[in-house]
Amino acid sequence: MATHESHKKRSGLMDWLTTVDHKKIGILYLLAGGFFFLIGGLEAILMRIQLMEPDSKIFTGELYNQLLTMHGTTMIFLAAMPIIFGFMNAILPLQIGARDVAFPYVNAVGFWLFFFGGLLLNLSWFLGGAPEAGWTAYAPLSTVAEDTGVDFYVLGLQIAGAGTLAGGINFLVTVINMRAPGMTFMRMPLFTWASFVTSGLILFAFPALTVGFFLLMFERVFDANFFNPDMGGNVLIWEHIFWIFGHPEVYILILPAFGIISEVVSTFSSKRLFGYSAMVFATVLIGFLGFMVWVHHMFTVGLGPVANSIFAVATMAIAIPTGVKIFNWIFTMWGGQIRFTTAMLFAVGFIPTFVMGGVTGVMLSVPAADYQYHDSYFVVAHFHYVIVGGLILGLFSGLYYWYPRMFNRVLNETLGKINFWLFFIGFHLTFFPQHWLGLMGMPRRVYTYMSGQQLDGSNFVSTIGAILMGLGTIVLLINIVISASAKHAATKDPWDGRTLEWAMPVPTPEYNFAQTPLVRGLDPLYVEKTAGNGEMTPAEPVGEIHMPNGSILPFFLSLGMFVAGFGFIYANWIVAIVGLGGVLVTMFLRSVIDDHGYHIHKKEVEADIKGGRA
Amino acid sequence: MKKWLQKGRMVSLFAMLALLLMGCGDPTLSALIPQGEVADKQFQLMLISISIMILVLVVVFVLYAFVLLKFRKRKGDTSTPKQVEGNHMLELLWTVIPILLLIILAVPTVMRTFEFSADAKPASKNELSIKVTGHQYWWEFEYPKEELITSQELVLPADTKVHVELSSADVIHSFWIPSLAGKTDTNPGDKNKNFMWFDTGSETDVVYKGKCAELCGASHALMDFKVRVVSKEDYKNWVASFKAADGKSSANANGQQVFEKNCISCHAVGQEGGNTGPSLNGFGDKDRVAGILEHNKENLKKWIKDPQEVKPGNNMPKVNLSDEEIDAVSDYLLDLKLK
Amino acid sequence: MNAGERLTDANFPAHPEKATLEGKNKFLGFWLFLGGETVLFATLFGTYLGLRKMHLDGPSGEELFSLPLVFLATMLLLTSSLTSVYAVLSLKQNKVRSLQGWFIVTLLLGLGFLGLEIYEFIHYVHEGHTFTSSAFGSAFYSLVGFHGAHVLFGILWISTLLARNWNRGITLANAPKYYLFALYWHFVDVVWVFIFTVVYLMGKVG
Repeated sequence: MATHESHKKRSGLMDWLTTVDHKKIGILYLLAGGFFFLIGGLEAILMRIQLMEPDSKIFTGELYNQLLTMHGTTMIFLAAMPIIFGFMNAILPLQIGARDVAFPYVNAVGFWLFFFGGLLLNLSWFLGGAPEAGWTAYAPLSTVAEDTGVDFYVLGLQIAGAGTLAGGINFLVTVINMRAPGMTFMRMPLFTWASFVTSGLILFAFPALTVGFFLLMFERVFDANFFNPDMGGNVLIWEHIFWIFGHPEVYILILPAFGIISEVVSTFSSKRLFGYSAMVFATVLIGFLGFMVWVHHMFTVGLGPVANSIFAVATMAIAIPTGVKIFNWIFTMWGGQIRFTTAMLFAVGFIPTFVMGGVTGVMLSVPAADYQYHDSYFVVAHFHYVIVGGLILGLFSGLYYWYPRMFNRVLNETLGKINFWLFFIGFHLTFFPQHWLGLMGMPRRVYTYMSGQQLDGSNFVSTIGAILMGLGTIVLLINIVISASAKHAATKDPWDGRTLEWAMPVPTPEYNFAQTPLVRGLDPLYVEKTAGNGEMTPAEPVGEIHMPNGSILPFFLSLGMFVAGFGFIYANWIVAIVGLGGVLVTMFLRSVIDDHGYHIHKKEVEADIKGGRA
Repeated sequence: MKKWLQKGRMVSLFAMLALLLMGCGDPTLSALIPQGEVADKQFQLMLISISIMILVLVVVFVLYAFVLLKFRKRKGDTSTPKQVEGNHMLELLWTVIPILLLIILAVPTVMRTFEFSADAKPASKNELSIKVTGHQYWWEFEYPKEELITSQELVLPADTKVHVELSSADVIHSFWIPSLAGKTDTNPGDKNKNFMWFDTGSETDVVYKGKCAELCGASHALMDFKVRVVSKEDYKNWVASFKAADGKSSANANGQQVFEKNCISCHAVGQEGGNTGPSLNGFGDKDRVAGILEHNKENLKKWIKDPQEVKPGNNMPKVNLSDEEIDAVSDYLLDLKLK
Repeated sequence: MNAGERLTDANFPAHPEKATLEGKNKFLGFWLFLGGETVLFATLFGTYLGLRKMHLDGPSGEELFSLPLVFLATMLLLTSSLTSVYAVLSLKQNKVRSLQGWFIVTLLLGLGFLGLEIYEFIHYVHEGHTFTSSAFGSAFYSLVGFHGAHVLFGILWISTLLARNWNRGITLANAPKYYLFALYWHFVDVVWVFIFTVVYLMGKVG
């Protein structure tokens, strides 16, 4: 038991509401993100049911547009990013041997902002209808819409986005300042590297979106004229701002998946990553190039051949570092001893799927041909190959891989394999035919198509595939429930791991490493397993450990934003002022209440070590 | 040998099945069955890029399959694999080869991109040019030289280069005729007018399908239009008869009265009428009611009776007409044929 | 040593703002945050540059802007940046009263700037240049208003900081806070230099 002057030990719900522990916040992110993933998936299946047959009338017109908007928005902002943040929180500090993240309090603020933002956005379903202008919310479609749907979109995402930005800064500082002795940049695991670059992208991409949302909010709530051509505005400003954020966002999503795949492929081939420095360089290069290609989303907007050509060539260039990664993964497995666990299956499924998404990406980078592909189902197929076939398979892989570390239980392998095959086959059935649908003239975001255009067969197959993906996800849920009721705890290193997160007991002590470890090479645990005694060498003697106190303020700060969000949506200034006032009060309290945390005494740490708990 | 042959047959059977399932689509809609110069060249670009990409796919997939088969962990094998740091030669190889492949792709890319935007504006008044305006959820086509405006149906002469000027009356739409050319957005506001061109191809008496490709509201899916390509001769006749139309109908004088009382402020016939709704000149010859329903009286009545039921979110009001009036005005409209 | 303890001249570190891990983290994190803020203002500048000629029937920037007034505001803000530098110098010498004095001057100059800006906005509104009058109006008030909001936040920040630590001296816990505020204030000042150039000078000349 830890004791100190001002430290209160909380339990149950209060513990989760006040926690600033990166491991618990990681779990919160994973749970909330997983919940939104299910909602987004349900929306997708409803859309596929509507499109299963031509001239179908189940979800039509505005309702269908709400489904497609909420599916995209939910999956990107409320499912994919939070799940990524879940892994970053739970694993990154362990991988670099840190006690915590740099700003534990800000970390909690980030989570609660995301949570309340996502909640606000999804409440729109019950309060006059969800947004219907697409996740891209192109003006003037988004500015002229009369109901409150788009207001929920703007405010909900603005709040969630602020949380994301805070998270990005947090991880950047954590990686730069808090690495264990010997953990040089070029010894960091690829997942940490990818998270680091992703955080950098968040830092420089999200503020553009913040401004975009402000402009859209001003336009809708305060009658501004940025996008109104009658008042001198220009609709293309929104498109530029959105994609200046939007394209880096694609890499924000995919880079952590690259990181997970690198870890999993290396672990389950029992080999170090092939071409580690090239992998790091490729990650950084992809992140950098990600900022110079946004116009490839706007080839048909009419920016002229010069702009289109420059951005086309820049886009093609991204294929090169990405190709380097693919070959490096294959050659990591070359000469290894591949163990086909569920995590590895997802990683192995990821590689060809992502390559297929990549090659259609190169095809899309050709503007003159993109005039045909753009906004057709070909594009839908492409980005789902990249985001589902890339990112989501990567996240599944990471879930099966890190589950024992995060939850002290191993997921069932048989169910895991059923999960994989259902999801993988379902995925290809859903999205492979969509390439053809697009080329055969089916625009995206349509709620129906007439029969007699030879689009029926492929659409039918696509819907069957979506249902299989849904079944695969249900198997995962069953697996989680079964594992939760299982009696056996996981062992500390179930996969013969190579990196630091496998070098401490389960459950992970709240202070992570009792003594900060000394890192002696890339894959530090593997180094100790082959050249040492299999345990990390401590870099410091056992001593007092300084810990931050939990706080309920992040919860209330975010709640204040949530309330203020309603105020702005309904133009009710009293509610808005109350909400923002609440935010200022929590900020004020945070700055006037001195909180220097508490210390865990040396004796307790020693007792933990003796008892095998640290 | 026999077993191998059977396997081969299985594969080809499978490929045929896949092709059958996919096909190339509807010949009046599919970008895979191009008509005219622009769509043709775009199809060629697709073929070039997909060939290069299939080359990449094959290399990756072969390597990948080999690795997965060869290097799985065998039972009882407790040895540790050799830890390889990397290989500069290999890494250089898979950096340089993609660069070369991309350069091969980049050359036609840039060439065609410039080609398609060059001379998009008509050089002289003699060239055929069309002003396209997107509306929620219908298309307006103005022929400035011929001085006529149609809606929902674009009539064009075969083997002709068409210059297109695009803008929007409300939100962003995107003008797409997959068989003839890729899409270009129609943006609201004078600053963001777009220009494109395409070639109508040599086939005559064919109706291509056009689509709106940018989410524009509740009935985005229903914002279809038609492109009828006819011989140059027929085109001239069409222009003459379109301009000669006067909106008079002998079939139903009562219907004409109803129309002039209730509809003409938005819809033009002959030389008269407003332009907030689609022009109904030659309505009797059209292919579809409201761009989507089969062209018959029943559907027309259904549409007039409750436009929201057919196209949710569209701007046509539900006019308070009796059943008899609807019947009369439908007869009148269906009789509006070009001579 | 407890981070909340008053530092003496004897144990005073060379960089009190970076002497603890928390301080180091805050220092780096805040620099990164300012990087994000740069993108935020860059986006607003981009929007403004795209729309600055779109004043429709309303007055143009050339007709509206009065350079002497803006110049005065600029001088106030630039001077306040200088006084915040003196405050940080005092911080490094463990002179808490002098630090408080310089920050109060900074605060007053910031208030003066804000007063001038509010006066300016009211004047413009009377001239028919409002947030909703044209795209130019929307873009102008968004950009300059965002900056103004940053100044206001800075004023609230330093007021709270000074009040809370008035009798405390310089500690390892509050030194990074003072330092960060100074960083923030410089950033706000630099943004203003760009606004002065892009909005006012280019508006008058270009």
